[in-house]
Order: sequence, then structure tokens, then C-alpha cells
Amino acid sequence: MIRIRGLKKRLGSKQVLDGVDLEIRTGESVVVMGRSGTGKSVLLKHVIGLMAPDEGSIEVDGQEIVGIKETELNQVRKRFGMLFQGAALFDSLTVGENVGLALREHLRLPEDRIRARVAERLSWVGLSGVEDMKPASLSGGMRKRVGLARAIAMDPQFILYDEPTTGLDPIMADVIDQLIRSLQRKLGVTTVVVTHDMVSAYKLADRLAMLHDGQMVFVGTPEETRGTPNPLVRQFVEGSSQGPIAV
Amino acid sequence: MQEDLALRGARYIRRRTFDWIAEVGRVAMLLGDVFRFGMPGLRSFGLVVQQMSSIGVGSLWLVFVVSLFTGAVAAVQAAYQFSTVVPLKYLGAVILRSVIIELGPVLTALVVGGRVGASIAAELGTMKVTEQIDALRAMAINPVRYLVVPRVVAAIVMLPVVTVFANAIAIFGGYVVAVTSIGVSTHTYVLGLKQFFYLKDLYSGLLKAVFFGGIIGTMGCYYGFATEGGAEGVGHATTRAVVASCVLVLISDYVLANVLFRFIFAS
Repeated sequence: MIRIRGLKKRLGSKQVLDGVDLEIRTGESVVVMGRSGTGKSVLLKHVIGLMAPDEGSIEVDGQEIVGIKETELNQVRKRFGMLFQGAALFDSLTVGENVGLALREHLRLPEDRIRARVAERLSWVGLSGVEDMKPASLSGGMRKRVGLARAIAMDPQFILYDEPTTGLDPIMADVIDQLIRSLQRKLGVTTVVVTHDMVSAYKLADRLAMLHDGQMVFVGTPEETRGTPNPLVRQFVEGSSQGPIAV
Repeated sequence: MQEDLALRGARYIRRRTFDWIAEVGRVAMLLGDVFRFGMPGLRSFGLVVQQMSSIGVGSLWLVFVVSLFTGAVAAVQAAYQFSTVVPLKYLGAVILRSVIIELGPVLTALVVGGRVGASIAAELGTMKVTEQIDALRAMAINPVRYLVVPRVVAAIVMLPVVTVFANAIAIFGGYVVAVTSIGVSTHTYVLGLKQFFYLKDLYSGLLKAVFFGGIIGTMGCYYGFATEGGAEGVGHATTRAVVASCVLVLISDYVLANVLFRFIFAS
């Protein structure tokens, strides 16, 4: 379980997170939605310790990760996988090296077992036989899938997705959504997805949370989201420029 | 109005001073991390070798051309300044000592600093703005250990090696000019080299190259890691890395010259 309480973060003159509270239960899939620039990615980076909050607490399975040493944080990070918005593949490495990097760095496995694990994870995302390709030669959808294979290489308990379908065509977005859902079921992982794509959000979420003005203004199931009277959520879900959210 | 201008000027100077002090502090912290993660970083020996090839072997052609003409110009200039005052039999000696003490290490550092400093800053800067460094951290891989240590160590190891190569080429360039256009015989030139070759001169030049390598590697990595924004940020980082490397090479050259020739190799 991930428990976020009273999380505050100021970047420059903007209070990006202003007391965020959220609980993500073990094995569930929570989608954090909100307009661009509301701090969704910032929230995700706090969960994996890439950013430190000004105030507040984040617990991962009961362990507080705010303010702990980098070495302890790294032990927590090994239980996470993260798919970045632009996939963040290492340009200088091949696809196979990208997917196998954490295995080579953290596990003392023989090279043939690492190669087998890399091939297996690539096959899970539908990309067998691309180990020797360079990230520069991949399409946007392939890059995301390689990023996904890299995120699951270490058998994580938690996977964080930062805008997994942004920049993809609707068909490829659906492929990624299905992959995320199938991996969650297959591996039983706790999933946090940040997106402003409502089509994906409904497909992926056990619960949806909406971040607005630095706070969680709504948390509920997809059914509760569809029927909520909350004007902020309604405006966002309906994609309307008219309403309480200033454009 | 004038008072207002003076106040703004004073604030600007104060802000820039604080920024500069903060920057020095951040570089020192990065260096501290390099020492802290130095040994674990060397565990990934393949990465170090890869960087040694990129920094050293990749710079050889550029260093070859620069050194060849440096030696040639040194020969022409020395011959002109000797005129009738100093016999030309000392030409080889002057080229030798000026090259191995000063010209070889400093020019190599400036050339490699321009090429390698820019390349490191651009590569790490691009990794920063495309979240690749965040991705490393998210995978519990320390970016200093994985990215900085191999580059700094490779620069420290390879700069003296490239400097030895540069010294040899520059002396050869001086020889070609001395023999073909100044009229010094091979025997005279080589005799000058032999008579005035002191090992401490070579050591001092190579010691300088070690420091210069550390400066180039560290500045490239520091400005790469400090990159903000997109392509424009990478461009700024690259420029600042090269400028900082070149300025620090020249300043440290002065400091090292004082330490080496006044104290360590004074006798």
C-alpha cells in the first residue's frame, strides 16, 4: 500500500502540491487525472523518491520514504517500476541493454539468464526479437512498450505510469492500455497511472483520483466518477471549457 | 535615479556573487560524490574503457593536427627570436622544453576540453531533459556512479596519454620545419633534444594533464547534470562547460606552475 498524506511541494513561485492525500491499496490500479501542469507527474516523482516534498509523508507498505537516506530509498525503488512520459530509454544502449540494465546492475545473474529474462519481458509487451535495435530507430508506441518491458524487468510490486498513452494514436493507446491492465492482473502489481486521457483512465482504473489546484478534489470508482455531482470532475470528464476550472 | 541605479548594480553583484559561491559549492559536492562512488564506479570497468576510447582515441586526430602545427610554429618563432643572439643548435632544446612543460599539456587540454567537455555536457544534458537520469535513479542506479565516475576517471587517465602523443607530434612538427626551412640538421636538432631533456619537465607536464583531465571531466558532467529546459538548455550547458573548462585549465595551469616549479621541482 502507498499512503500519501499532506504532501506539499512548491516549485519556484507556484505551489504545485498543496496538501495531497491519497491511499493506493495493494494490487489496485489508481488513475490520477487532472489538467496539464497540475502536478500529476510531480506527485508520481515524489512516490518513487525522485523529488523530495516540502512537507508531508509518503509510506510504502508502512515504510516512510520521505527524508530517508539514498541507500535506503534505493532499496524501496527496487520494488518499483516506472514508465516515463517519453519512455526515457537510454539512447546509447540497445533495447536489450535497456531492458536488462537493472538486472545487470542489481542481480548477480549469469548472462544467459539475463538475456532470457529480457527476451521474456519483451515478448510480454509484444516485441520479440528487437533486442539489438537502438531506441532511435523505434516508433513512439514501440518506445513505450520497451519502456514498459524495462519497468517490469525486476518483477516490481508497484508500477508507476506517467502519461502512458500521450502522443500515441488511439489504436496504439488501446494496445498500451490493455498491456497495462494485463500486466497488472498477471503480476498482481499495484499500479498508479497519471493521465489526462479519459478514455484510457476509464479502461485502467479501479479508482480514479482528480488533482486540481494542488489537492485531490475527488477519489472514486469509475461508476462514481461518471455519476459524481462534483462540478470540477464533471467539467474535466466532459472536456468542457465552461465551468469552475478556469481556462 | 543614480542612487536607484547604484542600488540595482549592488544587488546584481551580490546576486551573482552568491550564485557563483553556490555553483562552486555544487561542483564541490559533485566532486565529493565522485570520490565517494569512485571505487564502486570503477566496478563497471567496461564503462570506463568505453569513455577512455571516446575521450582519448576519439581526440587523437584533432590533437595530431593541433600539435603538429604547434611544433611547427614554435620552431619558426624560436628561430626568429634567436636571430643572431642564440645559436640554432638550441632550437630543439627550446621546442622540447616549451612543448613538454607548457604547450603540450595546455593546448591538449584546451582542444580536448572543447571537444570532450562539450560532448559530455551535451550527452548528459540531453539525458537530463529527456528524463533518462530520472529513469536511472528510479531503477536505483546512482547516476554519479554510472555516468560521472567513468567519464571523470577516463578523462584523468587519458589526458596524460594524449598529452604524451601531442608532445611527440609537436616535437616532430618542430623538427620538420627546423630541417626543411630553417636549415638545422637532424643531428643538431636531436642533440638539442637529448642534451636538455629532463625527466622532471615531462613529469610536471603530465601531472598538469592529470589535473586538466579532472577539470574537463568534472565540468562537462556538472553542467550536463545542471541542464534545465529543452534544446536551448542543452546548448547553454555545452557552452558553459567548454568555457568553464578552458578558464579553469588556464587558472590551474598558473597555480600548478607555481607549485611545481617553485616547490616540487625547484632544484
